[in-house]
Amino acid sequence: MNPVLPVPGNTAWLLMSTVLVTMMAIPGLALFYGGLVRSKNMLSVLMQTFVTFALMAVLWVVYGYSVAFTGGTPFFGGFEKLFLAGITPESVAATFSKGVVVPELAFVAFQLTFAAITPALIIGAFAERIKFSAVLAFMVLWFTFSYLPMAHMVWYWDGPDAITDAKSLEAVTAAAGWLWAKGALDFAGGTVVHINAGIAGLVGAIMLGRRIGYGRENMAPHSLTLTMVGAALLWVGWFGFNAGSNLEATGTAALAFVNTMAATAIAVLSWMFTEWLVKGKPSTLGAASGAVAGLVAITPACGYVGVVGSLAIGLIVSPICLLFVDKIKRTFGYDDALDVFGVHGIGGIVGGILTGVFVSPALGGTGVYDYVANAVGEFDMLTQVVSQLWAVGTAVVVSSVVSFVAFKLVDLTIGLRVSEEDEREGLDTTSHGESAYH
Amino acid sequence: MKLITAIIKPFRLDEVREALAEVGVSGLTVTEVKGFGRQKGHTELYRGAEYVVDFLPKVKVEVAVPTDRVDQAIEAIEKGARTGKIGDGKIFVTSLEEVVRIRTGERGDSAI
Repeated sequence: MNPVLPVPGNTAWLLMSTVLVTMMAIPGLALFYGGLVRSKNMLSVLMQTFVTFALMAVLWVVYGYSVAFTGGTPFFGGFEKLFLAGITPESVAATFSKGVVVPELAFVAFQLTFAAITPALIIGAFAERIKFSAVLAFMVLWFTFSYLPMAHMVWYWDGPDAITDAKSLEAVTAAAGWLWAKGALDFAGGTVVHINAGIAGLVGAIMLGRRIGYGRENMAPHSLTLTMVGAALLWVGWFGFNAGSNLEATGTAALAFVNTMAATAIAVLSWMFTEWLVKGKPSTLGAASGAVAGLVAITPACGYVGVVGSLAIGLIVSPICLLFVDKIKRTFGYDDALDVFGVHGIGGIVGGILTGVFVSPALGGTGVYDYVANAVGEFDMLTQVVSQLWAVGTAVVVSSVVSFVAFKLVDLTIGLRVSEEDEREGLDTTSHGESAYH
Repeated sequence: MKLITAIIKPFRLDEVREALAEVGVSGLTVTEVKGFGRQKGHTELYRGAEYVVDFLPKVKVEVAVPTDRVDQAIEAIEKGARTGKIGDGKIFVTSLEEVVRIRTGERGDSAI
């Protein structure tokens, strides 16, 4: 048999998607978060996001890719591709179609951006009070023990070409990541990225404690203009994140694209109208938050649901997230400063579970592809939702435990919080010796 | 000589400047300030977190005028700044002991 070669169109699409996801993180996420803090902490948030991205990118090529995307146990990969050992421009990686491959280096780069943006998402939860060195130390631990195992569990498998009959399916399933084998669907990273980061954010917000003056002093966002710019960059970049996750430039990529647009658009409206009704005014921050909530919720579902499913997911997610960032946060008193848990964690959970519902062909979804029969298989919603709950539950447990231990270790060694005096003066001058505005 | 200090709504500044120019006041100093009177502040709401903003942005206009022109100047400012709604601002008049034009060293009315 002749070796299968990558098609240029797919390679171009994957590299372009990689650029888009990079743009989501820097500058998108950095500006989105930056605008939400007080002006005295603007640079600290920009720096934490920018440098976390850089640090994770380095760790990814050193050992991250190998641990996430080589075989080993169902929970953790191996070390044979440290420093991308053995990967050449000729190496290929599997896609979701039999007989279609992409350059492995393009896959490495694409996945790098996911590994780099996910830890950066957590920054919003402990913003305005954490030591810069503590951020770096925590990120290394969390990336290694939460992100990499989750990515391995959800996404690692040998590819469709290895599946020809029931017996080979069994072999592929046995070698694959634990949640892949459980049949959980996560098209673009709802569990690996959003629930994972959202839970870490909640644990961080609780363990660091509230900002000084929380609930008494004015902590209003210093520039909703920049937040809006950031949210818009996230929206645009997310097409790379979601449609790019198809790896191939095919109809399914276009499906993911349309779903991403529809779910996000309706989530903006849904957040806005809910807020308008309940709080009296349709706010800019509400619209931006709705967009992010919609993007998060459609992430696991985007390649599996139809447009009715994506509209339903976007419509449902916003009021639930609004409830968490407003009522639930206040009731329990944790200071998730920029609502990482409320938007990414909760939005991810809602999207993860609803993926199992709206993938149903009866509701306009694609169903689940059977690589043995080479057709869409029988669909049972209850079985699928249970698989989804396994994935959601695993992400919650893994991220909670790893985050708790990681924050504790950092607290015992270098300490998590800056001094009270530094916090009052602002992290820009006290941590970085600069100020954002003059 | 009198110093007129007027606190006005920022967007009425151009009208006030024009009205003053019409009555022959050709120099003034403007500062962006914050404060509140009967208008009080307003409430801002961010993802459910409510903040009361006490201080509203205003503009402070300062003009020095000869005593016999004070009434005209006050009327001009009133005309320019009035919208009839709460928050139009206030005018304070204080006595001015001396005025010096630095370039020439002139003093008193001729220095204004």
